[in-house]
Amino acid sequence: MDSGPLGMSATVDIRARLSAAFTLDAGFTAPPGFTILFGASGSGKTTVLRAIAGLTRPQSGRIVVGERTFFDSSTGVNLPINQRRVGYVFQQLALFPHMTVMANIAYGLDALPAAEQRDRVAAIAESFHIGGLLQRRPGAISGGERQRVALARALVTDPAILLLDEPLSALDHAIQSRIMADLRQWHQQHRIPVIYVTHSHREAYGLGERVVVMNHGKVLATGSPHDVLDHPTERVLASLAGFENVFDAVVIERDAAAGVMRCRVEEATQLEVPLAQHQPGDHVRVAIRAGDILLAAETPHGLSARNVMPGRVVDVTRQGPTVVVRIDAGCTFVVHITPGGAESMQLAQGAPIWVVIKTYSCRVLA
Amino acid sequence: MDWQAIWLTARLAAIVSAVLLLISLPLAHWLTFSRRRWTFLVESIVSLPLVLPPTVLGFYLLMAMGSRSPLGRWWTEWTGQGLAFTFEGLVIASVCYSLPFAVQPIAAAFAQVDRTLRDASAVLGASRWRTFFRITLPLSVEGVLAGVVLSFAHTVGEFGIVLMIGGSIPGVTRTVSIAIYDDVQALRYAEANQTALALLAFSLTVLLCVYGLRRKPWTLGPSA
Repeated sequence: MDSGPLGMSATVDIRARLSAAFTLDAGFTAPPGFTILFGASGSGKTTVLRAIAGLTRPQSGRIVVGERTFFDSSTGVNLPINQRRVGYVFQQLALFPHMTVMANIAYGLDALPAAEQRDRVAAIAESFHIGGLLQRRPGAISGGERQRVALARALVTDPAILLLDEPLSALDHAIQSRIMADLRQWHQQHRIPVIYVTHSHREAYGLGERVVVMNHGKVLATGSPHDVLDHPTERVLASLAGFENVFDAVVIERDAAAGVMRCRVEEATQLEVPLAQHQPGDHVRVAIRAGDILLAAETPHGLSARNVMPGRVVDVTRQGPTVVVRIDAGCTFVVHITPGGAESMQLAQGAPIWVVIKTYSCRVLA
Repeated sequence: MDWQAIWLTARLAAIVSAVLLLISLPLAHWLTFSRRRWTFLVESIVSLPLVLPPTVLGFYLLMAMGSRSPLGRWWTEWTGQGLAFTFEGLVIASVCYSLPFAVQPIAAAFAQVDRTLRDASAVLGASRWRTFFRITLPLSVEGVLAGVVLSFAHTVGEFGIVLMIGGSIPGVTRTVSIAIYDDVQALRYAEANQTALALLAFSLTVLLCVYGLRRKPWTLGPSA
């Protein structure tokens, strides 16, 4: 089925009280293309997907996909789940364990003649490179293959909207990017809204044309990944976007000519940050990515970076491919370096060290 | 050996299991998935035979089947004969008595089917019926089988309720357990022993078949 060029946007504007402490109140528009629904776990992302699919009924609001109204509390419309034509890849995939891959994919094609079912399954299986697995059961194939089967099962029905709930988070990066490439290829021919839920800012940067950031059931910000995540305006957004260091600071002087401000963090530490609309004495927050901080074993000189501070190593821990170093330089900085870097610097607890931060690595939050 | 009693018992148990299967599938489905608040009420009533002495249940059923009760009168008008001390009465009583043995394992099996599988089925366009027959039921086969076998075995083994409702009419209500009891009362120990032994062998065979044939449940194990 051909989708119109503009008509196929999805508009969501719903409210649902899920418990005494948690109320969902989310509104956004997803045009054809990838929209990343981004937020920490428990922020209500999955509930939004379930409401679009019809698995959760909001208390009030409207859900419109293309020209069809799925839900509208003001007119009492609530389209049954099985008439919504939604493609949904669940976080747990939910492949039917007692059926072959073939039967799983064909499940949503029940109404079609058997010959057409076979043709459609064969075509989608080829697009997702699972043609050789059709007679196997989900328990007998790999995690990446199951992921492909789940995508194929959702897409073979020609859905009006595709909902993906952290579909790739369990897979390694190489497999992730190959599956995404196949999905993008499919999407070239089917311009429908794709809502992709994730809590990984790496995925949010890599996949999305648009990001909708959610926190505690509310939409915090909407825009391109670059706009929303590189220039966070609030503390929650900063920590969601991967700014591991967020400091409370006071502006002590402005230098408009140089385009910088000096801020005091804690008692002893000062940071030079880009100029913003703040006056001396204003309280601000400064956010710095752990990966944007340099370390030096000896007194550095001749650098363009304006923030160079002596400190001591508090501790060194390994998290997957990253070494996390905490450094006390008046305040505590979290720094990410590679295992190779850690090795060559011979970081040890208590060792003296220099922290180097470019002015433009410091983001000033409201 | 009392072949007449054995044949009667087998017939009774088979009919009761079949009736229970038909009743228990929708009932267990409703009890498992209904969001109504008073499901616990129905659950308690269904489970009553588990704790009630068979004589108590038998007594009330006897009252209900008597010619002075609406049920008894309606049955008499419809069939021209009474319900108590007949094979049909025995079937009804056995269905009531064995109901929890069918409903509970089936409901437990329905409940352990992953909810997201049913969600996925609905999202893929399936009706509730299709979701039940393609997803819920196939993934609950073991529980359903257990329910059928348990209700069959429980019917074969019942005694108190047959005594209350059926009496001991050869070929009509005289089941194996009643036959053994009568033999012992009449000091015919050899015959009682023969019939008891046959019952023991039968029960063991049924259980061996069920546990021996039981397949491994479908799992999404770690990838090979």
